[in-house]
Amino acid sequence: MLYATPFLAVALTAAAGTIVFGLMGYDGPRAVRDIFVAPLAHPDRWPELLVKAGPLALIATGLSVGFRANVWNIGAEGQYIAGAIAGTGVALATWGLSGAWILPAMCLAGMLGGMAWAAVPAFLRTRFGVSEILTSLMLTYVAVQLLFLLVRGPWKDPEGFNFPQTRMFTPDQTLPAISEGSLIHLGIPIALLVACIAWLLLARTVAGYEVKVVGLAPAAARHGGFSERRTIWLTLLGAGGLAGLAGIFEAAGPFGQLTPQFPGGYGYTAIIVAFLGRLHPVGIILAALVLAVTHVGGELAQTGVGLPQAATGMFQAMLLFFLLATDVLIRFRPVLARPARARAAA
Amino acid sequence: MTPSAPPRLELSGIAKAFPGVVANDNVSLTVAPGEIHALLGENGAGKSTLVKILYGVQAADEGEIRIDGRPVVIASPKAARALGIGMVFQHFSLFDALTVIENIALGLDEAVDRAELARRVDAILRAYSLPLDLDRAVHTLSVGERQRIEIVRCLLVKPRLLIMDEPTSVLTPQEAERLFAMLRQLAQEGCSILYISHKLAEIKALCSRATILRAGRVVATCDPRAESTRRMAELMIGTELREVARGGRAAPSGPVRLQVRRLSLPRGGPFSVPLREVSFEVRAGEVFGIAGVAGNGQSELLLALSGERLAPEAAMIRLDGRPVGRERAGMRRRAGLCAVPEERNGHAAVPDLSLSDNAILTARHRVPLTANGFLRFGASRSFARKVIERFGVKAVGPAAAARSLSGGNLQKYVVGREILQLPEVLVVSQPTWGVDAGAGAAIHRAILDLAESGSAIVVISQDLDELLALSDRLAVLNEGQLSRPIATADARADEIGLLMGGVHGEHARARGASRA
Repeated sequence: MLYATPFLAVALTAAAGTIVFGLMGYDGPRAVRDIFVAPLAHPDRWPELLVKAGPLALIATGLSVGFRANVWNIGAEGQYIAGAIAGTGVALATWGLSGAWILPAMCLAGMLGGMAWAAVPAFLRTRFGVSEILTSLMLTYVAVQLLFLLVRGPWKDPEGFNFPQTRMFTPDQTLPAISEGSLIHLGIPIALLVACIAWLLLARTVAGYEVKVVGLAPAAARHGGFSERRTIWLTLLGAGGLAGLAGIFEAAGPFGQLTPQFPGGYGYTAIIVAFLGRLHPVGIILAALVLAVTHVGGELAQTGVGLPQAATGMFQAMLLFFLLATDVLIRFRPVLARPARARAAA
Repeated sequence: MTPSAPPRLELSGIAKAFPGVVANDNVSLTVAPGEIHALLGENGAGKSTLVKILYGVQAADEGEIRIDGRPVVIASPKAARALGIGMVFQHFSLFDALTVIENIALGLDEAVDRAELARRVDAILRAYSLPLDLDRAVHTLSVGERQRIEIVRCLLVKPRLLIMDEPTSVLTPQEAERLFAMLRQLAQEGCSILYISHKLAEIKALCSRATILRAGRVVATCDPRAESTRRMAELMIGTELREVARGGRAAPSGPVRLQVRRLSLPRGGPFSVPLREVSFEVRAGEVFGIAGVAGNGQSELLLALSGERLAPEAAMIRLDGRPVGRERAGMRRRAGLCAVPEERNGHAAVPDLSLSDNAILTARHRVPLTANGFLRFGASRSFARKVIERFGVKAVGPAAAARSLSGGNLQKYVVGREILQLPEVLVVSQPTWGVDAGAGAAIHRAILDLAESGSAIVVISQDLDELLALSDRLAVLNEGQLSRPIATADARADEIGLLMGGVHGEHARARGASRA
């Protein structure tokens, strides 16, 4: 039953979307068809789906490990941006140089950037008991402002006609496509590989076991000699590192530079992906594809039925809402009860 | 029983099967008005299922229930209460932060005016001379006092049949005596009582009839006052009992393996008790008992010894002379100190994981269940299988989820898991809590064998008989302070009981009196 709810949630989202957009005066059934079906019906759109699904899967894999341990990192978007910034820093510093070492160095810097951004909530949580939900989320806005500052100030392209953007990366600083002329860059297979490796680590290592136990039964984890502190650091740094990697993949892939349009919400959407994929790496890959479909489909619906851009976000939010709601309703039975008078009188 | 008075309760042909297990098979029993009827049986014999059917928590597959001669259908606990059936569960459902009267009000099916409720509760407390302060928060109460809240909840609906599930497992001897007096008074007034317990001695003292269940069937009905304890235990288990022989051992004179010196620990939370300068030593081959009513620092002491809470100074706890007070649970296990906490679900074991995964939780330091950071599933499966076989755990196998086991079976598993690691020092809390006589004897045997092999053992228990049977010396933990240890051979049960309940019980009585 637990594996049926994601499908149920998708169906409910489609139904609710039809009704809502119908009531708003759009062509409801067509809007839903554009968002959920059209991207799949056009094979020329498929590479685009993979390009969108890659970063989602990468970020969601990192998040899911933390969620299993009840570490609620909501700020993957910030870690994603921080990773892109750090990787871009290396790119700008090596601009004009050449060599095969540059791209790996950028990726490494991206991971470290994401980890550094995630280290702040980890430190605050383990040292002062501050909720990582708030700190990680707030740091996202800091990352966005930092990005704006850099592309408008020190990192502005000197030959960019004063547009707020960095230089374009050189070929040595850009992720190669997997085949000539393809949209799909090297980051996509790497993202899938990372998701598989994460599954292996989670299922077969002591550290994966630790994460699982800390999430399921914290007291038993302490009894077993696991440290909650260590788990918090481990999961936040892991999630930050993967989000940072996704960030530099995106900057060195489809973007090829940093612009103020860079933050696209992948870090938030990945939260939905993680839950829709049942926090399981294989599920996450599938869920990333589903969310990529809504992303691409949202654009189609904008031109096709004239839906506003916010419609995509609304569909994704409905998906998470229905998923969580069906999960709750499958586990618990609601009972309508009259409130007792004695309690009211107290 | 005269023809004019039908039995208060008559079960005939009750059957209930779960996938893979028959919990009850053609169970019939009758309880007369005013009778105290014992329901005896091992873990998994079907007692809990039977009373759950009776209290409307589960539905029987077959069979008939008659109350006062009328056939009834009990669809829910609420329906059971409406029929005059009350039940006091082994585990209480109380809100720690609320007061006694608030807890009682929350448990009622109908809203009752608070002042009126307080009057009715007061009348009940007076009628059965139960001391209980209605305005105190539950977390400040002893277990015995908490149980009284549950009993009062039942008595408010004027029950005709009261079901008690192992009520004395957490009480001091004095508190148990008080409970028995109350139950006898209730029975005299015509209320029937169905009494579930493992303690044969108290069944002999209290009950006039007993129904013995084994593997879901009724194997005997007897008068416990006329039957020997040994005979009843054998009926229950189906084989002859093996005595746990403790006597005839010389006082252990081996080296000190565990030394605790002036261990103080501040409160861990709002409802916890601070430890105050606890000191004791346990030698190789010795079993050291720690008696006391729950909530006097037992859980805190276990956490401090296991390494889940660190001592302020390393030298406060020494293992074979080495200071380990600042080391965490994993390091202490590797050094030879294993522990079994009282709470099985969520502390000793992860309910959602399989038994073999639960083996990894605490055995990976001493048994090669991991290699280079990777889990060795085959090794943990075979270790789990060994525990299951050695300790007679009833489970489908190592792949069974911990949550699928009955309480007593999981207890056997978690105790067995530590004992099979052959620790140099074993600290075990409530080793036979909720475990039947046969399995309890097996656990005791294993603990004594471990001691015999040169390990030092600390048993923290509220069951005085258990401590007297197992330990060489024992001390009482009361409000975070440990008494001077006494040799078990010189100890008298009532003396220790007074020490255990002593201060706590006096407080309760004084408060009760000041209220009256």
